[in-house]
Amino acid sequence: MATTNLGPVLSAFERRPESLIPLLQSVQESLGYLPPDVLGTVARHARVPRSRVYGVASFYSQFRFNPVGRHRVAVCRGTACHVGGARFILEQLERTLEILEGQTTEDMEYSLETVACIGCCGLAPCISVNDEVSAKLTPMKVRKQFKKARK
Amino acid sequence: MTAGFDQLRQAAEEQWESLTASDTPVITVGTATCGRSAGALDTLDVLRGELAGRDLECRFVEVGCLGPCYAEPLVTVSLPGAATVCFESVNIKAARKIAAYVAGGELPEELAFATIGPDSIPGIPDLMDTPVMKGQVRRVLRNCGVIDPGDIRHSLARGAYSGLQRALELDRDARIEELDRSGLRGRGGAGFPVSRKWKFCIDAPGDTRYIICNADEGDPGAFMNRSLLEGDPHALLEGMIIAGLTIGAAEGFIYCRAEYPLALGRLAVAIEQAEQAGFLGPDALGPGRPFRIKVKEGAGAFVCGEETALIASLEGHRGMPRPRPPFPAVSGLWGCPTVINNVETLASVALIFQHGAAWYAEYGTERSKGTKTFALVGNVKRPGLVEVPLGTTLREMIFDIGGGVSSGHRFKAVQTGGPSGGCLPEDKLDIPVDYESLQEAGTIMGSGGIVVMDERTCMVDFARFFLDFAADESCGKCGPCRLGTRQLLRILEDITQGKGSPSDLELLEGLSHNVMRGSLCGLGATAPNPVLTTLRYFRDEYVAHIEGRTCPALACRDYIAFEIDGENCTGCTACALLCPVDGIAGAKEELHAINAAVCIKCGVCSDTCTFDAVQTVGVSP
Repeated sequence: MATTNLGPVLSAFERRPESLIPLLQSVQESLGYLPPDVLGTVARHARVPRSRVYGVASFYSQFRFNPVGRHRVAVCRGTACHVGGARFILEQLERTLEILEGQTTEDMEYSLETVACIGCCGLAPCISVNDEVSAKLTPMKVRKQFKKARK
Repeated sequence: MTAGFDQLRQAAEEQWESLTASDTPVITVGTATCGRSAGALDTLDVLRGELAGRDLECRFVEVGCLGPCYAEPLVTVSLPGAATVCFESVNIKAARKIAAYVAGGELPEELAFATIGPDSIPGIPDLMDTPVMKGQVRRVLRNCGVIDPGDIRHSLARGAYSGLQRALELDRDARIEELDRSGLRGRGGAGFPVSRKWKFCIDAPGDTRYIICNADEGDPGAFMNRSLLEGDPHALLEGMIIAGLTIGAAEGFIYCRAEYPLALGRLAVAIEQAEQAGFLGPDALGPGRPFRIKVKEGAGAFVCGEETALIASLEGHRGMPRPRPPFPAVSGLWGCPTVINNVETLASVALIFQHGAAWYAEYGTERSKGTKTFALVGNVKRPGLVEVPLGTTLREMIFDIGGGVSSGHRFKAVQTGGPSGGCLPEDKLDIPVDYESLQEAGTIMGSGGIVVMDERTCMVDFARFFLDFAADESCGKCGPCRLGTRQLLRILEDITQGKGSPSDLELLEGLSHNVMRGSLCGLGATAPNPVLTTLRYFRDEYVAHIEGRTCPALACRDYIAFEIDGENCTGCTACALLCPVDGIAGAKEELHAINAAVCIKCGVCSDTCTFDAVQTVGVSP
């Protein structure tokens, strides 16, 4: 990781404290997560203490400190999805992928997370896989969809 | 600028006319996020593929969302000399039929949802006569699902930026006066008069001012802003430029949530086009008077919907609110006077300057003018994005536009205002939706989420759901919110798990009031609303859990069990095979039985059973 050259990513941003969040977003976009040693690099670039970088990164739900799987499965836990049975979708995914919310499969294929709301409430319940949304789901549908993929 | 604008607009109108009066078929596909999730991109591919091989020149236009999410993917076809037909639920098979129609075949009437425009076809209703559209007045959403949001000419031809031209001709006082006469109130939730907010900012001392658009639509269950950004981004830009012009800002920021990648993409394109056209840039507000808009991605924090937290986030800090006053209008971004308005508010500003304040105030009630967009979702037959005059009743929205409760169950409650709002029972459905009436009933308008629930939703569990959200999203700065929401959540969890005690209700009420009074910002001050309104209107459900040891909705897991009905079970083994804990015994063609000791109550058996043999029964926890 330390070998990753973040130069091009960092140089797109002004060296000012208000660049911090876009910087972290850009670094995560390129590495998939925020490795600990990168926080110092970001801190130097934004000219803020490392503690503030960690404070900001840990505050927002978008930022991750661990690598994620190639497929990021996010279950919407918005109100419409809740009323439509989102927890059953989440539990079914936990069983099918054999991981719990917040975890990644050992082969790094799948990560399972929840998201506050995808904004597809008219077609609830829904999930997104790498930002692609599937809607009107049932536990049976997700089981089918992911069982095949896991084989 | 004005001469240039007329030229731009004329060119745009010609281009738009070439599309609306095209001598070749024009096909639009709604490819907003909701359309895509229903398979619109596959539909588009099939249509293109099917029609590519033929000797037929077709024009494809990707549009935003027309509103009826339940009918996605939506496709419209305009054949030369024929009425424009809108087709619903266009899956791959349906797309092939539509392609055949475009190529000269028969109209697949069974797929037709409505006709759009002046021409009609017997047996197919006009779009505005369909039940879902009939009660609606589409003003803010007039372009959504109609224009290509990636082509500024479509927006221009439909009136975009003409409001800005008018605003440029007026002086500052006349602009504020216009806004004041329109009666526009903030569409983000609080309903503060927009003209007054702007005036505060103008009157505040300082040389630099900012306009910020709050597009961090964090309410779970709401997507009005997403649809507008994806379907008509120039509406927002125009409103922001007018705001910048009026308050004297040279820079504006759109704070948009990262969970909306498509909206972010459409905004970027729209800003670039507006720059090329000169609506943004060094001379946007007149010679030598610059105005620029930057987009900042929110990083996922509900509290950033609060003005001061949003500003902290823009400045690169944790999104934590600070005490007000000073209000952002006096001391906002980097200490400068700042106006923060929501997406729909700014889009309404553009409309007001395009058509005039009197036109805008035609609709609405005495104190709540204009129209408002709502995300009508949950257990409703026709979920989607709707726009109605303020003052429309909840009943009209849910039953006339939404078609009533889906799946044959009884209506139980409607929730408005997201996590800051409350739940209303059936006898409150006739109150008009305006800022004051909703507040009187204990809830709020909020940004426009309306979630319908049927009898299968447990109201205690529903309150728990919102408190879970609030406790999770509390930034932690002030004690009443950080600790209070968590404590409320614990009590609600106890009740839904069969561990509630009779004194809990009093405790919930007392604690709710303290959290509301003591919290620093709107998040904590409104977080107990779901608890208080469910206690007010659905107290019997709390009592049933605590004293009757039952969950009337049969939703709370500790109060239910699954049983197999001997009459209906055919012994097909489907449930037994799928049970994740191997908790169902029974050989083929023999009556199955669920082992209650191992059952995790996941409900897979009841979902699987096609014979209605798995039944949910109430048990005492």
